[in-house]
Amino acid sequence: MSDRLLAATRKGLFLIERTGRKSVPWEITRTSFLAEHVIITLPDRRDGSIYASLYHGHFGSKLHRSTDQGNTWIEIAVPTYPKQPEGEVQKDMWGRTIEWKLDRIWALEAGGRDEPGVLWCGTLPGGLFKSTDHGSSWSLVEALWNDPRRMEWMGGGADLPGIHSVCVDPRDSRRVTIGVSCGGVWVTNDGGATWNCQADGIWSAYTPPEQKENPNVQDVHRVVQCQSNPDALWAQHHNGIFRSTDRCASWQDVSHLKSLSPTSFGFAVAVHPGEANTAWFVPGVKDEHRLPADGKVVVARTRDGGATYDILRNGLPQDHAYDLTYRHGLDIDESGDRLAFGSTTGSLWVTEDQGDSWQTVSQHLPPIYCVRFV
Amino acid sequence: MPHVVFTDNIQRHVACPPSTVGGGTVREVLDEVFSTNERARGYVLDEHGAVRKHMIVFINGAMIRDRQSLSDPVLPDAEVYVMQALSGG
Repeated sequence: MSDRLLAATRKGLFLIERTGRKSVPWEITRTSFLAEHVIITLPDRRDGSIYASLYHGHFGSKLHRSTDQGNTWIEIAVPTYPKQPEGEVQKDMWGRTIEWKLDRIWALEAGGRDEPGVLWCGTLPGGLFKSTDHGSSWSLVEALWNDPRRMEWMGGGADLPGIHSVCVDPRDSRRVTIGVSCGGVWVTNDGGATWNCQADGIWSAYTPPEQKENPNVQDVHRVVQCQSNPDALWAQHHNGIFRSTDRCASWQDVSHLKSLSPTSFGFAVAVHPGEANTAWFVPGVKDEHRLPADGKVVVARTRDGGATYDILRNGLPQDHAYDLTYRHGLDIDESGDRLAFGSTTGSLWVTEDQGDSWQTVSQHLPPIYCVRFV
Repeated sequence: MPHVVFTDNIQRHVACPPSTVGGGTVREVLDEVFSTNERARGYVLDEHGAVRKHMIVFINGAMIRDRQSLSDPVLPDAEVYVMQALSGG
């Protein structure tokens, strides 16, 4: 059971602890990088260190690491792209040039428990990087970057394609699954030496019919993996919810639009660490709106693998609320009882009963990008 | 010797005090500055050594032309000014 969580926001990184001192037991106890754009944070449960990715705009993306719970930070290396071969020009599906340069960091995950110091980093414009020394240095995963199928990828929420999800199989750290917007789900079984696009069954409502079932153009917003049953993965996709029970060999559409009312659009998904059939989503009205339906913030929860969904709203605003939750804005702790999610309008909620009731931690934070239990 | 000054905005991320260094091109001048302040390099230049998209370098008030190779000449009494663009960021 985790009593601490981090919220990475447009204006800093906030530590929230369950102090129990107030009527809402969760309160902000530390602020780091105030005024800075903190895109992603990673609490590394293997050694207690915390990582934060900052995006400075003018000055580029940076990474920082703390070994004292955020009291002090040191700047560490960022992934860097190799020089592009002379004369080679790469263009995306829109005909825009893809430069071999780090645009921003979009995913940061720890390697397996048997790999101390190993980190994975997903970036825009689509490079995956690995560190074996706690982020002191990074190597581009060349097999994926050099795969010609990457040229089919395209930007989703950003102009450039990006890797936003990295799932390391707890049974075998060489098995890594990534999610790409827009480029489907990719899997390696050998630590990154070879890759396959494994998004069969995921379909898109927004592409020409000929591309509808092309696994490599799917706009998967987020992918998560069940820790106790790593064959089970969930994906929140641009136009629905998909589930795999065979480690991405196939995916099933479990959107069931009626039972998932008001909507199956969203960015975030969390899966219970011990119950593969239980997952949570934060729905919104689909792409052209990106708002909670009817101004009511709700969480959708399934306990039966997507056959049915409960719409959870106890403690969440139900009147003129326009909070959107980004793909990294929902997290679940190791117990599976506590979840937290944050919104673009600076609201942060915590549940201690799997979503049956929610507590408002703050309604006044900066826009929240990433929430993670420590 | 060229005098190099950095915008105040960069100072809250990485200290870049004014310095007087050798060098006859922007590349040589900045390389010498960054030789004793390696962390600052990544704030001004990208991973391939080009000026970051939203950064600007001036020589005696004139914007440099070569943002990729930094080959603009720098005279011994010049002031090199490194600042962020008003766009982006």
